[in-house]
Amino acid sequence: MAAHKGIWVFLEARNGSLRDVSLQLIGEARRIADKRGTELTGILPGWKVESLARIAIECGCDQVFLVEDARLEFYTSRPFTKVMAALRWKYHPEVILFGASKNGRDLGGRLHAAIDTGLAADCVRFDVTEEGFLDMIRPAFGGKSLAHIHCEEHRPQMASARWNVFPMPKRDPARTGEVVRETVAFEDSDFDTRIVDFRATESHETRKIDDAKILVSGGFGLGDPKNFALLEEFASLLGGAVASSRKPVDLGWVPKALQVGQTGKTVRPDLYIAVGISGAVQHLAGMQEAAKIVAINNDPKAAIFEIADYGIVGDLFQVLPEAIRQLKAFKAQAGAALPREAAPEGRPSGA
Amino acid sequence: MMESAGKKGIRIVVCIKQVPKAQELQVDPVTKTLKRVGVPSEINPPDQNALEMALALREKHGGEIVVISMGPTSFDESLERAIAMGADRGFLVTDRNLGGSDTVPTALTLERAIEKVGQVDLVLCGEETTDASTGHVGPGIAGHMDIPQITYCSAVDLVDGRVRGVRMIEDGAETWEVPMPCVVTVDFGCNNPRQPTLTGKIRVKRGGLITHWSAADLGLEPSQIGLKGSPTIVAKVDTVQLPSRQGKIFEEEPAIAVSLLLESLRKDKVIP
Amino acid sequence: MAERFDAIVVGAGPAGSAAALTLARKKFSVLLVERGRAPGQKNMFGGRIYAWPLFDLVPDWQKDCPVERLVTKESLAFLTEDASLGLAFDSPRLAEGKAASFTALRAKFDAWLAKKAEDAGAMLITGIRVDDLWREDGRVKGVYVAPNDRVAADLVVIAEGATSTLVRKAGLKADLEPREVSIGVKETIELPPETIQERFSLGEKEGAATVYAGYASLGLRGGGFLYTNKASISLGLVISSEDLARKKLEVQDVQTKFRMHPAIQKLLKGGKLTEYSAHLVPELGRRMMPQLAGDGVLVAGDSAGFLINNGYTFRGVDLAMASGMAAGEAADAARSAGGMTAANLAAYERSLRAHNVLTDLEAFARAPLYLKNERLFDVYPRLLIDLAERVYRVDGTARERLVDTVLKEANASGVSKLALLMDLLRGARSM
Repeated sequence: MAAHKGIWVFLEARNGSLRDVSLQLIGEARRIADKRGTELTGILPGWKVESLARIAIECGCDQVFLVEDARLEFYTSRPFTKVMAALRWKYHPEVILFGASKNGRDLGGRLHAAIDTGLAADCVRFDVTEEGFLDMIRPAFGGKSLAHIHCEEHRPQMASARWNVFPMPKRDPARTGEVVRETVAFEDSDFDTRIVDFRATESHETRKIDDAKILVSGGFGLGDPKNFALLEEFASLLGGAVASSRKPVDLGWVPKALQVGQTGKTVRPDLYIAVGISGAVQHLAGMQEAAKIVAINNDPKAAIFEIADYGIVGDLFQVLPEAIRQLKAFKAQAGAALPREAAPEGRPSGA
Repeated sequence: MMESAGKKGIRIVVCIKQVPKAQELQVDPVTKTLKRVGVPSEINPPDQNALEMALALREKHGGEIVVISMGPTSFDESLERAIAMGADRGFLVTDRNLGGSDTVPTALTLERAIEKVGQVDLVLCGEETTDASTGHVGPGIAGHMDIPQITYCSAVDLVDGRVRGVRMIEDGAETWEVPMPCVVTVDFGCNNPRQPTLTGKIRVKRGGLITHWSAADLGLEPSQIGLKGSPTIVAKVDTVQLPSRQGKIFEEEPAIAVSLLLESLRKDKVIP
Repeated sequence: MAERFDAIVVGAGPAGSAAALTLARKKFSVLLVERGRAPGQKNMFGGRIYAWPLFDLVPDWQKDCPVERLVTKESLAFLTEDASLGLAFDSPRLAEGKAASFTALRAKFDAWLAKKAEDAGAMLITGIRVDDLWREDGRVKGVYVAPNDRVAADLVVIAEGATSTLVRKAGLKADLEPREVSIGVKETIELPPETIQERFSLGEKEGAATVYAGYASLGLRGGGFLYTNKASISLGLVISSEDLARKKLEVQDVQTKFRMHPAIQKLLKGGKLTEYSAHLVPELGRRMMPQLAGDGVLVAGDSAGFLINNGYTFRGVDLAMASGMAAGEAADAARSAGGMTAANLAAYERSLRAHNVLTDLEAFARAPLYLKNERLFDVYPRLLIDLAERVYRVDGTARERLVDTVLKEANASGVSKLALLMDLLRGARSM
């Protein structure tokens, strides 16, 4: 095997900026590159995106390979795969990381077959082994452990990670690095995909749980899709949003946009309340950074309690209605207190 | 297209996988791969959506639906169900040497099977599986075949001999148009998969609609498949080290427990 | 082009499988369609099968039929809240020859019989519910599941069970009225085989069947039953749904009280309750029967109301199997006579008589009305037990003659001598 060097991150440009997940990966890849003692390179196919290359360098890239072509303005699978493959064979990187956006997964999936190498999806952590391999860490099937994935004999070692798994890096304007313009030989067939339409969706629909400060999340323990209504009432009394673990999504009870976990979203709310959720590692991966965690479950041995700040062991069908009752009572009481505090001017307020 | 067969319409291949039903999965401690025995199974739900999409396309444009799967012989159950739902015939690539395959040999094997079926216009897959969730196999097949792909489609149609797919991506619905043959992966939950019919079940019972292929039948060497042919391996499995938390658990009856909880959260200034 | 068979049997219970097996043997191409995931999954009964039809249907049935226990002990018991008065008949001849009966579990038995039909050439399809009959010009042409999911056949045999919708859709019968229907309920209590054998004084393969009257049904019209399986007890009740509605009682509450009776508790001690099921039981025998044959259609089993409940016998599975065989034979005769017309299929009624299905039902036609006599379920059991207590409690006071005791007790219960006499006569006649 020829000597492979260098950590690469695929940089996804969209509507004039780099996707957050690409920047988050730069932050993590920088750490890995330092540990490995090698360079970090961003790969940026696009059109009129040189300023984004600068941002990538400020966030931690030592250099950026810029491939510009008007036909690369919007992502399509074949030309982007061609770019990555051509550069791979030119430079022999040891690692390529992708943000697991829809396009990132579209690209990584096609590329790994085209260049015959391994791709570990949805990693929650990276490390470097003693031998210098990339240690790609993700929750294991079974919900109680972490698997360490290695790609020992194939290069490059490729992996993806989802939004918010890694923090946003700080931009350092003083950082310097080179922007290298690369050209790739395309064929007509690379551009046989036409984008004929685009309809933006209401952003709040898909980002509902990403930004919420309080999340009330339901799991398989709810037993029935209609019981999510209880969660909604509870959440709205707290001023929060409803989320879900994986099983209710797989069973079709709630849309995928609400899924928190390794294969859903990673969230960092101020308060995360897990109702009827057992606490499989895949789920914890998506919410363990919440400031405060509350668990409600009738199984005292549920793993979720090990990560909770507060917990109630009990039947959620008794606990939730009780919580709703008490919150309503508290609100009513707080409301009743107002007239006293809002006494009109010039008049003494109560005795 | 299928003009040469004297029939109008397109030949669609739907790749399906049999997965444990939406419940606890278990890993075999020796091979560190998924345990598949003794748990009730179903067709991977996104693959059901893909099959439903294929059935709708055949209703509209005519043609043939072939289902393909890779796995142990127990996967025949899913191929039978797919045919009972309306697919025309099925192929199972089954071989001990395929055990432990990651997405590279899986995509390769399915690609070889698709080529052996021949004259395929459209390959449909679910966007990902509920057990492994990588989403790599659909695009991987397209990468091996060097044909166009459209992923995460909630709607697919044929327009002037080209395939149009509406992709559901983060900020909206993006419609792509590509020539055939191509691979399309289907958004989980975008349609209601139909039930098997009595007529379909009778066709299955009459037999002869499912063929088994070995890896050798597809010209695959043992070194290209299974654990040996997989670039990635699970090097080890750790128990999780969880960050330590306060861990104040209330076991009193609901009214008291809730009251104590809300009080604590207010004191922490997390709720109003 | 729709799929086509000579005959389609709807329902793979005992009636349906018997029909399919008979038809397949007579070289009909047969489709046997079951709505459950497996035959027997959705089926329930008290617990005992009279084996006589099996000797013709599956002559070597004793080789591999999933028999729980062969019944060698028959009992009848009257109950009040805390006492029981019983009559037990123990004889090896009960299990001999064509009179043999055995306890069984439906999931196993129905699957076994359906497999026999498959082995004979019937195609068994499970997990599909037939929605309607496919009809044209007043003839039944096949079955209909959905607009583009139909299968054609010259003959459809409806063997769907007590809650058959197809019989109604075929215009062959009116809806079940409350008078015509009872509710059957059953619990399975697991016990080790040795415990069962000890408590009921049974050998390793032997079984007991008991019928309970009186408090078992809380005085409502009906009866309780207990059957011993290999490693469990089937305990349950059949009660008039009209009486339940009138007294505003839930059948599971009646069952619980029955199970908690001290005499029953002694038999169940240490057991684990593992299953509960409830089902409609058509009553009234011959008087409620639907029209049995039409152009291209026959009705068999519970769908035709082929059940007998005369207070000391519960029979259904044997009549179902016999009617399935009769349906197969009638189809064969009709085919020879030129087609599946209602006229040719009248051979069905003849065949039912030949197999003693209709004959037995008619003979017991009086029983259901007799069993509507409320005194049988509360007054007489109490009377008998009070009588027994008087006879068996010797406390030093003056003893009186048995006849005097009887008349005194009857009087105390508010039953006139005449009513008592009439009940005795009617009972004797209808049994």
